[in-house]
Amino acid sequence: MSAVLKGGPTLRAGRGRRLRVRASAAVLVAVLAAVLLVPLLFPLDEQAVDMANKLHAPSAAHPFGTDDVGRDVLLRCVYGLRVSLLVGVVAALAATVIGTAVGAAAGAAGGRTDRMVMRVVDVFSSVPHLLLGIFIVAMFRPGVWPVVASVGLTHWLSTARIVRAEMLSLRSRDFVDAAVSGGASRWRVAVRHLLPGVLPQAGLAAVLMVPHAIWHESALSFLGLGLPTHRASLGNMIQSARGTLLAGDWWPTLFPGLFLIIPTLAIASLAGVWRERINPRRRSELML
Amino acid sequence: MLRLPTLRPWGRLPAGGWGSRLPKHSNAERARWGAVMRMVGRRLMAAVPILAAVTFGVFAVAAASPFDPVQQYAGAAGLSASQETLDQLRSNLDVDGPFTQRWWDWLTGALSGDLGDSTSLRQPVSQVIGERLGWSVLLCAVGFAFAVLVGTALGVAAARRKGGLLDRTVTSLAYTLEAAPPFWIGLLGIWLFAVRFDVLPAGGLTDSGSDIVTAGALLRHLALPALVLGLSQVPWFLLYVRQGVADALEEDAVRGARARGLAERTVLLQHALRSGLLPLLTLVGSRVPELITGALLVETVFSWPGIASVTVKAATATDFPLLAALTTLATVAVLGGNLLSDLLYGLADPRVALEEM
Repeated sequence: MSAVLKGGPTLRAGRGRRLRVRASAAVLVAVLAAVLLVPLLFPLDEQAVDMANKLHAPSAAHPFGTDDVGRDVLLRCVYGLRVSLLVGVVAALAATVIGTAVGAAAGAAGGRTDRMVMRVVDVFSSVPHLLLGIFIVAMFRPGVWPVVASVGLTHWLSTARIVRAEMLSLRSRDFVDAAVSGGASRWRVAVRHLLPGVLPQAGLAAVLMVPHAIWHESALSFLGLGLPTHRASLGNMIQSARGTLLAGDWWPTLFPGLFLIIPTLAIASLAGVWRERINPRRRSELML
Repeated sequence: MLRLPTLRPWGRLPAGGWGSRLPKHSNAERARWGAVMRMVGRRLMAAVPILAAVTFGVFAVAAASPFDPVQQYAGAAGLSASQETLDQLRSNLDVDGPFTQRWWDWLTGALSGDLGDSTSLRQPVSQVIGERLGWSVLLCAVGFAFAVLVGTALGVAAARRKGGLLDRTVTSLAYTLEAAPPFWIGLLGIWLFAVRFDVLPAGGLTDSGSDIVTAGALLRHLALPALVLGLSQVPWFLLYVRQGVADALEEDAVRGARARGLAERTVLLQHALRSGLLPLLTLVGSRVPELITGALLVETVFSWPGIASVTVKAATATDFPLLAALTTLATVAVLGGNLLSDLLYGLADPRVALEEM
């Protein structure tokens, strides 16, 4: 997943690139409009069952078919995406806040604090993310917050590394020397001079974290360890469609997966452009 | 001994393999191996505090959680049992001290091979792991081998003409595949191969009605999970090979090979691929976390009887002793993979200063 989440392919300049950026922006606008407007226009009762219409193949009336209790798969996908996005954004923010705080503290303090913090980062990165996430939810589930905590506590590492590196490079700049010789305290230098400089990087990291968080949440939900089923996310939907899949009905499985992939690619592609804008020199063909 | 940089650092490798450009049994080679061994020793020493910290963290999280092993053990009877009985049970289960004490007891027990008993499977944790580890290693090895082969083939093909139709198709597919959750790919694979065409089993290890693992049945049951796990690892490998080979094609060494009139095939496979693949091989060990993540999902989808699927079961049943041991085992695997990476790196490229690693 990492390749996509660090911003996808850096697109070549020219027509193809513009087209892709526009397509990605259009997808994201459509996704946001759908998750905000559809619940207002087409209320879905998660509990409502309509057994007369169960497991209809995709048709004009139900473009994505119906599930094993007769609910429209398209409508459920939009609702699932809404839950996935909401949890993803909150969890990504949590991870970014932790990462920025830790990275900024390490970068601004330097010395022994920095070394100690980096050892902690080493310890965290020695456990596979999903496994650590599974352990955390296993101990605190069920509920939404354990999932958010699971993502937040496992995904702050990259942000912390980026913010720390940025802090260290800012520290050697002249304006920081000027502030220090002007008598600014260590705290003031960190908060007024260093932190604003790393915020664009942290913001980019947060945006790129959203697909990662959604991915993590849907994996947990698929494993039956994530969100409660009355708040079905796309991962819950894929999990609950397993039975119908073995009977040959593919649509309740296929479409939620597509709903996971398409916004991920759109976010990655737009974030790639943003990254180039704030890091013009670090432009590279491959970001993994 | 002063080593001058050559124009073709890895263009042609000696028959004896990487790092053996030094004459056999020379003092310099012996010194190199000594440095490698010292690095391994340093890494093993560094792993000790990391493992201690990870296990400590695991016990701390459990202590902070609302989960109570006594209530879990007693089940419904725990609701009506007297406080005295519960306290007795607490001390019988060895969960009465502060968590630091339990962590220390667990750690000393683990060093002598006693990892406690799984609460959900009612058997020793070491036995659970022993029975399943082999299946997981088999699945991961086959899946990873598939990813390496397919990733290399497609990566070289894409790098040949960067920006061409093939390159754009392969790269887009790789990014899409990278964004697709492996469990979803696995389910679609089950639908296609097991339900629609009925050529491969949907999961498990043996045919229904049989408990004996035969080579033929194993192969058929392994094919689909290994394919899906492999597919989830292909994009990373492919994109790295593509980048490595494309960069290598720009190198003077490769341009020189072209200028000497060597066949395109020779240039690509003997020069560019070797040069482009070397940095990649050293990264292989660092893929262990992603492989474990993939195995957690793929083994669950296919009911593969490995340690990854049992991890998920342990989490569902809040089986703390099993989870703690499996988390530690995964950490050992990750650290081992990192060490392997550094080792390959040090052996492959004699210019690397091992003393700094």
